[in-house]
Amino acid sequence: MAGLATVFGSGAMTNSMPEIVNNDLIFVIGSNTTETHPIIGLKMKKAFRKGAKLIVADPRRINLVRFADLWLQQRPGTDVALLNAIMHVILKESLEDNEFIKNHTEGFEEFRASLAEFTPEVGEKITGVPKEKIIKAAMLYGKAERAGIYYTMGMTQHTHGTDNVFSIANLALMTGNLGKESTGVNPLRGQNNVQGASDMGCAPNVYPGYQKVDMPQAKEKFEKEWGVSLSGKIGLTATEMTDSAISGTLKAMYIMGENPVLSDPDMHHTIKALKNLEFLVVQDIFLTETAELADVVLPAACFAEKDGTFTNTDRRVQRVRKAVNPPGDAREDSWIIAELSKRFGYEMKYNSLEDIMKEIGRLWPAVAGITYSRIEKHGIQWPCPTPEHPGTPYLFKGGFPRGKGRFTAVSYRPSAELPDDEYPFVLSTGRQLFQYHTGTMTRKTSAIEAIASQPYVEIHPEDARRLNIADGQKITVSSRRGSIDLAAKITERPLRGMVFIPFHFKEAAANVLTNTATDPVCKIPELKVCAVKIKAL
Amino acid sequence: MPKVTIDGKTVNVPEGITVLDAAKRLHISIPTLCHHPKLTPFGGCRLCLIEIKGIPRPVTSCTTPVSEGMEVTTTSPNLESLRKTVLELILSDHPNDCMVCERAGDCTLQELAYFYGIRENRFEGERRIYTKRDGNPFIERDMEKCILCGRCVKVCDEVEGVGAIDFAYRGFKSKICPPYEKDLDCEFCGQCIAVCPTGALTGKSWKQKGRQKEVREVDTTCGYCGCGCNLTLHVHGNEVIRVDSKADTINEGWLCVKGRFGYNFISSHDRLKKPLIRITLKTRDASRVTRNEVFREASWDEALDYIAERLKSIRDKHGPDSFAGLSSARATNEENYLFQKFVRAVIGTNNIDHCARY
Repeated sequence: MAGLATVFGSGAMTNSMPEIVNNDLIFVIGSNTTETHPIIGLKMKKAFRKGAKLIVADPRRINLVRFADLWLQQRPGTDVALLNAIMHVILKESLEDNEFIKNHTEGFEEFRASLAEFTPEVGEKITGVPKEKIIKAAMLYGKAERAGIYYTMGMTQHTHGTDNVFSIANLALMTGNLGKESTGVNPLRGQNNVQGASDMGCAPNVYPGYQKVDMPQAKEKFEKEWGVSLSGKIGLTATEMTDSAISGTLKAMYIMGENPVLSDPDMHHTIKALKNLEFLVVQDIFLTETAELADVVLPAACFAEKDGTFTNTDRRVQRVRKAVNPPGDAREDSWIIAELSKRFGYEMKYNSLEDIMKEIGRLWPAVAGITYSRIEKHGIQWPCPTPEHPGTPYLFKGGFPRGKGRFTAVSYRPSAELPDDEYPFVLSTGRQLFQYHTGTMTRKTSAIEAIASQPYVEIHPEDARRLNIADGQKITVSSRRGSIDLAAKITERPLRGMVFIPFHFKEAAANVLTNTATDPVCKIPELKVCAVKIKAL
Repeated sequence: MPKVTIDGKTVNVPEGITVLDAAKRLHISIPTLCHHPKLTPFGGCRLCLIEIKGIPRPVTSCTTPVSEGMEVTTTSPNLESLRKTVLELILSDHPNDCMVCERAGDCTLQELAYFYGIRENRFEGERRIYTKRDGNPFIERDMEKCILCGRCVKVCDEVEGVGAIDFAYRGFKSKICPPYEKDLDCEFCGQCIAVCPTGALTGKSWKQKGRQKEVREVDTTCGYCGCGCNLTLHVHGNEVIRVDSKADTINEGWLCVKGRFGYNFISSHDRLKKPLIRITLKTRDASRVTRNEVFREASWDEALDYIAERLKSIRDKHGPDSFAGLSSARATNEENYLFQKFVRAVIGTNNIDHCARY
């Protein structure tokens, strides 16, 4: 999100889900949309049936490739080179939108110069994508009227994830595919309320509404509303928390509804960090792998047991309603937090959950117009500053919050850990359709377990043949950080020399293998590229 | 815009729409089984027959486009008798087991049989008997109840883009099945269940959990990925027994396997039910011993007092930046707001993050 915030002054999906069906070009890069966002996948398929062209760039032959006019199978971690080469061709063919560039952007000349070296030939050499396909992608995207780009963690979970996002933004900026319906730069958020958690300021550098903690006016505003003095020092990101726990400067953690043991890179490193804490509180609905390490575990209510709101990937604030009572003594997170707060002598007194919404609206004008009664039936997309405002399906209609959209010259940097003689394969991790994230919910759902309970590693048939591995055979996958045993799934989905492991399974946790190297800006770990070796058991 | 007259009411409608849709605009309902507003017309069930002035025989309204000056009759003794006969024919090959059918009370076929008062059947005779049970864990396929309306085939192809099932065989032997009549092997989105007008397709996890009586519907938002699909939870007692979605939502009523079938974790026996306090050293590997050897149950007061005491003592000794909070992309906005407020206003640090990076 930091990448988009730098370019536009705001980091979220610029356009919205219902607009997808009216795209005339859909460019999906680093998103296995049909499995990780199935319903957005359906909208893409609908657009396709209406005649939209589809470009998929992914090192794996994901299901969406079946519908694609063009599939670019880039080597993992080479997206900047791919995008730069595409943009090189767009400039060469004069397909850029000069009017838009002149009126709404800055930094174009410097950016233009940076593309000179990225000829399709150079692109092919770095990415492995034939130059004809790079040229075709440029022609398709460059000539489209309403082109939307959709991406997820395949773009961001790299040590150059921010650069990847800059490149995507550059592509949309140079072709004027922003501030219009059915266009845009659209990061698809992977969790039901990851947008909301970000919006609500669950980040070390910003208060709710992306207001910087080290900006005195913001700090004063929150101090006044909350009646306390606040720290102006930027805090630790999740990855830095792990490191600080290991070094001993971090002593206590309170983890609510997260399972970093399985979701974070280098599992042994994470476990070591959590064990090293003096005090760990975990609040969850099940005794997760993280909760097993806690000093105190608090039983929470799940989504069906409470009221409130979620904000989905297209900034849509929607109602969550209580359907059943939580089991035993389990309580809503809001109750637990308020009770704990009381014990510190700080009362969080609200007459209703909606009072919390009202307080948020006072502090962040973009949601001030959203009330429970307005979203009774249908959600509203922020910004929605007043009770009369209809909400905002797509951003930047009248320009960018920061004034002009900024081009960022980006050069290609290889991933932190590349394959070598000892560890010759590239490992990417990700999700599959049936399971979800660390499996806290899906692995407790018997029907899903009946069909997708086995961990596996996808490996290309040629690689399997070379290593004499049969389909379904148990193999050991090792990296410099650890090794796991799991079944080989021989399939033409991954690129040769690449393996893919879904990270849902604790019994063969992909994150035992992954690298903790992070993007310098966002601190996102490089979960999409690390070097591994494979041995038949 | 052509002008059409339906049952004596005249209306201007857009070029190219069907008589069925034109009738809908006039709030005239024509019975159908195979038609679905989000799928291409089929004209298979023959229930939506209508009479058009100047055309000698009845035609299906779902496949007939309107034309200028068209005069339509949607109900007449002849049409109703034809419809009743069609229904009797369908029911002659349909198991009479509404008593135990999951869809009773929510079944278009049952509703039509009720309206047409069909109890005796003139066409009783040979029945299609399917003993095969599909082994997949999600979708119950009771093919004896299938009326071959083809909605499931269309939704799988036209909406989901999968094409896992199709018509096979001809005539009386016609059936809908996966290739080679194997078990269903698909994305298990259950869109087919959502459009099935009978009890042929139901959720395996629905079985004997409750039908319509005493079932409440609660509209909410899905707790899995970021699409934010709108769910309707069907609740019986204190249990979510089914999940579906309404048509006028951002997800257009469509769901994925997780949204539609991934709900029984809610009532899992493994849910945490009481606060737990650790009674062993952390060096012990909790995954290798039973929960009771690692933790003991506690009351909320005890657990929260203990947390407050420990956190205060750590903060006093090492300062507020020795504490960090990880909030949840799974929790609500309100809860996330309170959590970061707790970390910032109560503890006094900006060490707060969530899993946006994973």
